[in-house]
Amino acid sequence: MIPAKDDNSIPSAALLSIRNVAKSFGKNAVLRDISLDVAEGEFLTILGESGSGKTTLLRIIAGFETASAGEVWMGEERLDRQPPYRRRVNTVFQHYALFPHLTVEQNVGYGLRVAKRPATEIAPRVAEALEKVRMSAHAKSKPSKISGGQQQRVALARALVNRPRLLLLDEPLSALDANLRRQMQVELKSLQREVGISFIFVTHDQEEAMVMSDRIALLRSGELEQVATPREIYGRPATAYVAQFIGHTNLLKGEVRAGMLRSGPLTWSAALPDGPVLLSLRPENIRLASGSMAVPRRVRVRGTVLSQDFHGATELIRVECADGLVLVVRTPGSSGALGGVELEFSSTDAVLVRQSPERI
Amino acid sequence: MDLLVSHTKLVLGSRWLVFHAAAVFAFLYLPIVVLIFYSFNGEGVGGFPPHHLTLDWYRTLFADGPIWDSVLNSLQVAVAAMAISLALGVPAALALERARFPGKALFRRLVLLPLILPGIITGLSLLMLFNVMGTKLSLMTIILGHGTALISVATTEVFAGLQKLDRAQEEASLDLGANYWQTFWRITVPNLKLPIIGAALLIFTLSMDEIAVSFFLIGRDNTLPLEIWGRLRRGITPEINAVSTIIFVFSLVTIVFWYRLRVRGEGRSVAGSEIVATVEGNAL
Amino acid sequence: MFSRAYKTAVTLPPLMWVTVFLLTPYALMFCYSFWSVSAAQTIVHSRSLDNYLQLLRVEVYWQTLLRSMWIAARVTIFSLLLGYPLAYFLSFYAGKKKDLLYQLVIIPLWVSYLVRAYAWKTILGSDGVLNTLLQYAHLTKHPLEFLLYSPFAVVLTLTHIYTPFAFLPIYAALEHIPRNLVEASHDLGATPAQTFWKVIFPLSIPGVVAGATFAFVLSLGDFLAPLLLGGPSGIMISNIVVSLFGAAYNWPLGAAISFCMLLLVVSLLVLSERLEKKWIFS
Repeated sequence: MIPAKDDNSIPSAALLSIRNVAKSFGKNAVLRDISLDVAEGEFLTILGESGSGKTTLLRIIAGFETASAGEVWMGEERLDRQPPYRRRVNTVFQHYALFPHLTVEQNVGYGLRVAKRPATEIAPRVAEALEKVRMSAHAKSKPSKISGGQQQRVALARALVNRPRLLLLDEPLSALDANLRRQMQVELKSLQREVGISFIFVTHDQEEAMVMSDRIALLRSGELEQVATPREIYGRPATAYVAQFIGHTNLLKGEVRAGMLRSGPLTWSAALPDGPVLLSLRPENIRLASGSMAVPRRVRVRGTVLSQDFHGATELIRVECADGLVLVVRTPGSSGALGGVELEFSSTDAVLVRQSPERI
Repeated sequence: MDLLVSHTKLVLGSRWLVFHAAAVFAFLYLPIVVLIFYSFNGEGVGGFPPHHLTLDWYRTLFADGPIWDSVLNSLQVAVAAMAISLALGVPAALALERARFPGKALFRRLVLLPLILPGIITGLSLLMLFNVMGTKLSLMTIILGHGTALISVATTEVFAGLQKLDRAQEEASLDLGANYWQTFWRITVPNLKLPIIGAALLIFTLSMDEIAVSFFLIGRDNTLPLEIWGRLRRGITPEINAVSTIIFVFSLVTIVFWYRLRVRGEGRSVAGSEIVATVEGNAL
Repeated sequence: MFSRAYKTAVTLPPLMWVTVFLLTPYALMFCYSFWSVSAAQTIVHSRSLDNYLQLLRVEVYWQTLLRSMWIAARVTIFSLLLGYPLAYFLSFYAGKKKDLLYQLVIIPLWVSYLVRAYAWKTILGSDGVLNTLLQYAHLTKHPLEFLLYSPFAVVLTLTHIYTPFAFLPIYAALEHIPRNLVEASHDLGATPAQTFWKVIFPLSIPGVVAGATFAFVLSLGDFLAPLLLGGPSGIMISNIVVSLFGAAYNWPLGAAISFCMLLLVVSLLVLSERLEKKWIFS
């Protein structure tokens, strides 16, 4: 059993080492200079929009694409020098890729049969794998007769039964409906803990990434924006892009002069060098002002509510303040804020972020 | 980069596959190439390599009356057969795709049977029919024969086109107030334009080359293939090489045209229905 | 969804035509097969199984039938041997050139059968291209006689004609195989060879069955190639039928043989349909 990781642990001995990997299709540069280490037993998510290169990166690790530059190491061996059928890596494909002419059982046992394991070994291992994904009852069914969610679990069993050192998952939950998705997220997470092998999970869904991962690698236009634990990536986004991609945020442009930071109608003291700054302020860190106690680092501003998005437990309201500043604020669902309001936040919650470089 | 795994290497195969493919292509095109060569050969057939090149055979060909008569006959037959096959094949496809009626399975098999049944059986059975009915054999009987045998081509092409047609379009039309007939003419038929044209081209070409059915149903007037056939039986005349080359060129032009039409319409050729359609070419 | 009037209008005409011009003729052929020819060369409406019995008794007939089936079998095997690797090459290997190559395979199909059969005659004759070439290269001293007017010539020509027919459904089946299955197989440790035999080939079997059926049935009933290139030893069953309707004037016997062929073809079609169904997974 691998103990739960806390926020600041450094990944232990790297299982997989991606060094300066780049990939171009013709003139189209899909990946540029990617370097990333994956630890033993870690659940790493590669997160990105479509076109970010995340699937390409996964396919390079699996062996279905060759990198234009760079190396991939697993332990002491060059992984990218080996054809896919010799790598101790298995993949769960986006559309499952179950063999239609084989039963569930035969699908799961495929890798073992191909490796010419004795039949006495294959049967119990297959049964165990099916047990783990709770598909034992469907062992003799053909893939066309089971549902999408069930196919996905078979695909998982088929990959895991081979005891790979690394499991790759290419957006496996994208074809499932919302409730099933949430259920599978939890199941996948606990399965990973149980088998203890490293998972590399690819998705475009940032909520999914946050829920499941030990670490998230956010990819944008072929480059890594930030690699950090979910808490870090949320609380201390490195760039404006990260701040906006993960959850909601208010991006504030400001200017520092003589220790005072000004952003529109907002102003507070900041121990920063003079110059322009960019800040990320999360909606849940802004509250409706209560009490008149002046607290150091508390910033207050007045505004009018423009619109409300009711989300059940919370509400997201847009408030127009002076100088055209519009703030997005997360309030408890029951607050029913309307008309004129006064907002307050702590200046320490305004995180400094870099502007993301423009990429073609 | 020396040991890079390229995608091609992942698929079982090697240089042998390329050789094999090249060999098969050579095998498929060899007779045609030989024919074209010999049509320009001064010595006629025989003797290799072909000696002095000449257009003589083409000249003889153009002066050959009976050949051109037979071409005219073939054209008449082809156009008429096209009309019959389409007039019956399109409704047949619609019936198979949409309607439910007793004996539908038998109907489907009957309509498609001439595609794979050796042509002489179709020809013979029709001959017996005409004999019993006392009909004299003529171009008309050939037209009836071709028309019947080629319904299957029209049906197959149109059926494939219907399956591609999005039902939602027709439902939208009905939703917007058009009735069944209006929907048929405004929505269904325009979408079938491409399959119908393709079928027409195919039927035309197949009819022009048809021998097996025609063999039993001709009266006094020959079609082109039967005229050539008659000459072959009597002895090889090198004109035949010339006329064969011309037929080849026409076929080539037609198929390239047809293919471009399909690709433009669908973006991708459909091998599945083509097999059925082109089966006709040599069965008859 | 469509009105009854529409459905009737659409179903009735083809139904009627097919009944008159397909069903009735086959039925007639069936009737004819029980009749016989009198000494005066007229058709007598007797009612006997004589014709069918003749088919079994007279050597020429059943021997020719068997020979035809043997020729058809060889054509089928060669067509598959030529067509499958070609289809595999196009589907998995050819990349961007796939469509162009596909067109190249189809083109010969559209060229007149007669033209192509005749061309082979030119090539295989004792004076023809092949013999002249062989002698020119000093590989043979005299023209090889067996090249033309023999079963060999018939098998060769029919293979040439029907290889594209075998190719087409195999290609369609191979194209239908999702490429991620190939990747999945490699991912699970199978080498390219293992992937072919365990995944690609099994999924292409319906195409192989269809291609084999086409090649077999069509070459079985062929009469042009044997007539042009078969010589006396290359006669096939259809030639006998043709002559029975021509010079040998015995329509009832011809009808009986034809009807047997019809039954044979229909049973083969049913068989192949069953086989295909067993191997279709989607």
